[in-house]
Amino acid sequence: MAKLTQPSWLLACAIGFGISTAIAQDNADQGASVDDYREMTYGDRDANPALLVVDRGEQLFKEKRGPKNVSLETCDFGLGAGVVKGAYAQMPRYFKDTDRVQDLESRLLTCMTEIQGFDAADVTTKTFADERINEPNMDIEALAAYVAVQSDGMKLNPPADHPKEKEAIAMGEQLFWHRHGPLDFSCATCHSADGKRIRLQNLGNFYTAKDAQKTMGSWPTYRVSHGLARNMQHRMWDCHWQMRLPDLEYGSPMSTALLAFLSHQAKDAPMVLPGMTR
Amino acid sequence: MNYIKPVTLSALALIASFSVYADDMQAKVQAYIKSGFHKGKNQDPKRLEQDETLKVCSETRGKVSGEQAKAIVEREKATIKYPANGILMGNWQKGKKAFTDGFAMRIGRYEPDAPDKVRGGNCYACHAADPKELAAGNLGTNLRGYGKIRGNTWDTVKYTYDKIYNAQSVIPCSNMPRLGHNGVLSPEQIADIVSFLVDPASPVNK
Repeated sequence: MAKLTQPSWLLACAIGFGISTAIAQDNADQGASVDDYREMTYGDRDANPALLVVDRGEQLFKEKRGPKNVSLETCDFGLGAGVVKGAYAQMPRYFKDTDRVQDLESRLLTCMTEIQGFDAADVTTKTFADERINEPNMDIEALAAYVAVQSDGMKLNPPADHPKEKEAIAMGEQLFWHRHGPLDFSCATCHSADGKRIRLQNLGNFYTAKDAQKTMGSWPTYRVSHGLARNMQHRMWDCHWQMRLPDLEYGSPMSTALLAFLSHQAKDAPMVLPGMTR
Repeated sequence: MNYIKPVTLSALALIASFSVYADDMQAKVQAYIKSGFHKGKNQDPKRLEQDETLKVCSETRGKVSGEQAKAIVEREKATIKYPANGILMGNWQKGKKAFTDGFAMRIGRYEPDAPDKVRGGNCYACHAADPKELAAGNLGTNLRGYGKIRGNTWDTVKYTYDKIYNAQSVIPCSNMPRLGHNGVLSPEQIADIVSFLVDPASPVNK
């Protein structure tokens, strides 16, 4: 019970703190509130609740699972079969076996289907936990968080050499500016100018390296408002859901191209994983 | 053909190759969009269709030529519909609610809104208005004191209504949603919001 009630109390505290800071600073940078929350409640990053999800991800990664009853320990994330250390910092990237550019999560899906024999449609029926019912993170969320966090302390450096990597980055940028839906929005509507906010929420400018690096270097993250660990596919889905569009397809070439562009803009970001954000 | 100077020819070739590239890019964008979104229950593929205006604004990333700008303004002006009673100033109290309420309209497998949920303009996401509301975004213009600054003449009322109904009829490729044209807000709700902004009695002008 304590485990269930604690996050909501912390959230209330974080919101309260955010509002009082907001009034004091009169709409100044709100980034401080989550930093303060982190200091007040946990003190150090080793106590990030997302690390519990990462631990579960590690168990799931090494466990024999799926119709073929094998672990994911032979999955190739781009640095060779079974190498997870530093792999996420060099994704999205081109994979010869699938002949396409893949981000961490689409690659994970490939390994779960090819190596473990899972059905992709089954796995993608539900890839995100529902924060409204205090649901724990889905297995695929835990797995992705585990692999990603093995790039903690490294610098984001996805390759941009293969023609398909170049194409993914270029297409990602074009899609970033693509306006659609009943609100006429594109990613660029909110994320292409400095110092912008929705209500009091700061919006990163993906044409400013500092902003892009801050975001891409801190995901996967513990989202305080969800009480869950979240990966980049969720972030991409969430933005499109808020844009009132249909569900962004998990691991689709569109989601991967967007991530290729965003990661390219954030090149050299120091990865501090898992992060902690609103 | 032989009257055309070689310079002109090469310029023509350059334009042709650029437009082939652009068409190729657009076909690719469409392919990514088509496979990029889930199909089935609670999805709405119609929302992925771009009209001519959004197509131009996306391809040019909002940096339209003079001609493109003129075409957008003309086309979007023609879409504007007014309330049946012809009155563009509604009730500011109702307008305050329509200004503040969220858009609703979320769809999909995870957290769809009820289809009959009341729609608002979610205007505070981007605009400051009532000085007492501190949690206002800054993607749009600060609207505090709107009526006090602009007055409440017919021109101001009409301009404000048109801007909310179809932002692109005023500024081509404006970031602002075309709230009336896209069916987010009704003409009556827009008239109420106009009143919230313009009426001297509204908290916006206090």
